[in-house]
Amino acid sequence: MELFKYKDPIQLMAKAKYFGLLSLIVVVSSWAIVFVKGFNYGIDFAGGTLIQVKYEKKAPLKDIRAALSKVKKYKNASVTNFGSEQEVVIRTKSSSTVVGKDVGKEIASILKDTGKVEIRRVDMVGPKIGGELREKGIKATLFAILGILIYISFRFEWRFALASVIALVHDVSIAFGAIALFQVPFNLDILAAILTILGYSLNDTIIVFDRIREGIEKAKNVILGDIIDESVTKTLSRTTLTSLTTFFVVLVLYLFGGEILKGFSFTLLVGVVVGTYSSIFIASPILMWLGFSVKDYKQMLAEKKKREIEKDKLRNQFEQGVV
Amino acid sequence: MGKLNFRVVIFALAFVFGVVFSIPSLVQSDSGKKITLGLDLQGGLHMLLGIKTEEAIKSYIKSLASTAKFELDKKDIVIDNITFDMESVSFEVLDEDEVQNALTLLQETLKEDKVTLQKNRITITLPQLQIQKVTQKAITQAVETIRNRLNQFGLAEPTVAKQGKDKILVEVPGIKTEEDKNRIKKLIAKTAHLQLMAVDEGKAARANVMSELEAKKYGDIILTDVKNPNEKYLLRAIPILDGSMLTDAKSVYDKNGQPMITFELNGEGAKIFAKFTEKAAPTRARLAIVLDKKVYSAPHINERIGGGRGQITGGFTINEANDVAIALRSGALLAPVYVMEERSIGPSLGKDSIIASSIALISGFALVFLFMIFYYGMAGMIADIALIANLFLIIAIMSLFGATLTLPGMAGIVLTVGMAVDANVIINERIRELLHEGKSVAKAIEDGYSNAFTAIWDANVTTLIASTLLFFYGTGAIKGFAVTMTIGILASMLTAILGTHGIYQMVLPKIKKEKLGFWFGIKGVK
Repeated sequence: MELFKYKDPIQLMAKAKYFGLLSLIVVVSSWAIVFVKGFNYGIDFAGGTLIQVKYEKKAPLKDIRAALSKVKKYKNASVTNFGSEQEVVIRTKSSSTVVGKDVGKEIASILKDTGKVEIRRVDMVGPKIGGELREKGIKATLFAILGILIYISFRFEWRFALASVIALVHDVSIAFGAIALFQVPFNLDILAAILTILGYSLNDTIIVFDRIREGIEKAKNVILGDIIDESVTKTLSRTTLTSLTTFFVVLVLYLFGGEILKGFSFTLLVGVVVGTYSSIFIASPILMWLGFSVKDYKQMLAEKKKREIEKDKLRNQFEQGVV
Repeated sequence: MGKLNFRVVIFALAFVFGVVFSIPSLVQSDSGKKITLGLDLQGGLHMLLGIKTEEAIKSYIKSLASTAKFELDKKDIVIDNITFDMESVSFEVLDEDEVQNALTLLQETLKEDKVTLQKNRITITLPQLQIQKVTQKAITQAVETIRNRLNQFGLAEPTVAKQGKDKILVEVPGIKTEEDKNRIKKLIAKTAHLQLMAVDEGKAARANVMSELEAKKYGDIILTDVKNPNEKYLLRAIPILDGSMLTDAKSVYDKNGQPMITFELNGEGAKIFAKFTEKAAPTRARLAIVLDKKVYSAPHINERIGGGRGQITGGFTINEANDVAIALRSGALLAPVYVMEERSIGPSLGKDSIIASSIALISGFALVFLFMIFYYGMAGMIADIALIANLFLIIAIMSLFGATLTLPGMAGIVLTVGMAVDANVIINERIRELLHEGKSVAKAIEDGYSNAFTAIWDANVTTLIASTLLFFYGTGAIKGFAVTMTIGILASMLTAILGTHGIYQMVLPKIKKEKLGFWFGIKGVK
């Protein structure tokens, strides 16, 4: 089967400013959402206690809240269903430091009159650890972006690097916006998803950039827009197919992977869609807008080649003992 | 069949390697190296503990005082008005003629600490270096003590390790019941600080009315009874001896069938104990047995007790007696620990997570597998063979390294399934493009691989950068995600690039230009 048969390049760069505008609007509104609604920080970063319990029948949320409100420590606890009607997650902002005391046992005894209940999971993160995890998370993201920037500068050119990093910021911003909009609990797994998006979106961008690099080397035409159009069109089928297979598996993970992986796979779903869009419609135009010149790049390549030839020549002469 | 080539041979070897070494994990055999399931998949307890090191320093200062008093007692030098703070202890020597003797004696015995004199008051100060040493010792000792205790508790493979500068990571997999979890936590928390202390008989009658401050003035402390918190004891603050001189502790039944704990002291402890009992016997003074600041009993001493044996009674259940004996045997914690992070997962949730993520993996795999055949024909099938090899390799490599598979790790494998075929999509698209341009099959394949290579390489390296950073900065279960992603990417370089290339080279003579629809899923090529 063949969905995309290459005929003529699609005229994308001529419409680039509309995509740019669209992205700008989405990114700005994403930041607005993050700013207004804020993240729903999970206990990994905010600290606190989370208890997941399971009832044999439908969980009596009202009774659970009533039972908890009698205990001072759990007065302000939030009680929500988790994945199914039988399962409930109880969350408080406090955490205890006493090793010998068990929160699960405590909750079990508070809830003993609400039905037969099983304590399935207790997560407790002290405030100090929450801060440490947040710091580590920010560091990991920044270093990842920095590492990528350096690698692409080295393999391509600085404008390529900058363009791909802007595309990354675009993707991550929109992913953040979605997380804030749907108030997905922001835990360590979301951070992992964000870093995966970084890697994935960049993957897509590089495939397109690689084609552009190849196009520049071959083309006689020096109009960047044309080269980009041709490269994007030629990689369109690959970009779409890989995005599809990745989207499939992430969707499956979202639907069947269990409630614990929901936030993680949701973030990835957004990331795959946005990452694919940005590598086609955003990364390449940015390259254009950054004033990338095909002529200069070709000249640079030519000089590089000349130097290599010269070096080879010298080496040959040296080996033959001429010098 | 076409001819063998080095690529296909390497691929076949890798495939066999993958299958062979993943078998122990897949069939869960007892022998061979296997993947360990993370706590989130098999259930268990994960704790990150902090240590109150200042307590270790406090008790070190107290033990300095004990030593000083013991040494001075031997020379019949009497001291009084003992005071402590965070880095020193000081006391008065009552007989002014003895002050110089006391100073020299202490300076000789306590070489590592600073002993100074002001009028008739001697102060022993801990130098900064000594404080650091005590702190470090408290941490390493806590790691070892907790490890000993958990090992003696008899659960499979607990992990106890120092993390960072001053934290302890405790991981106990395979806890079956809530009750076991509670016992384990109590066992870890137990300071198990055994002290034998003299009752201050002169003022003992006022124990219930005296304030702590007043007691401190006399060099005493007030502790309560373990069963009856209203019953108080006035005890000399400096213990006669403590658990560090213990050599053994056992839980046994007494003659009434009640569980109790017997303990044995080492030679030095036995000597001190004998000397104390000899002195106490004429007045029938009492000796309090104190465990973790609670008085378990305070029997009258009727005669000199040699041999260094003692017992702790106090209405234990047999489980409690067992756990206390374990804690005493493996030594006291020099400093108490507290919870900084705790995650516990019940075995049933772990099982549910395994089922859910396995369903996701299998259905994701089936989707991608069928899609590739549907879209690319035989070329898709070849990519699928590489994908299968990739999965086996991930499992095999993780087994060989004894890596831990977590729930995010499973997600990483699912994601790898989606992304590993990417290389083959890129290559197949290139080959199709070249075929459309009218190149021969052999040329299209060779050029397709070489054209696609730089893109795949650069893309994989950048993904590796992200996953490596995730590995170094990630914690706990997230690390598992980075591990499977990284292994998956590396394995895909071998299977999806080298492996499929080799297969093409091998089957090349069979690929006829008229049958490109079957082989590459394209039509209309002249």
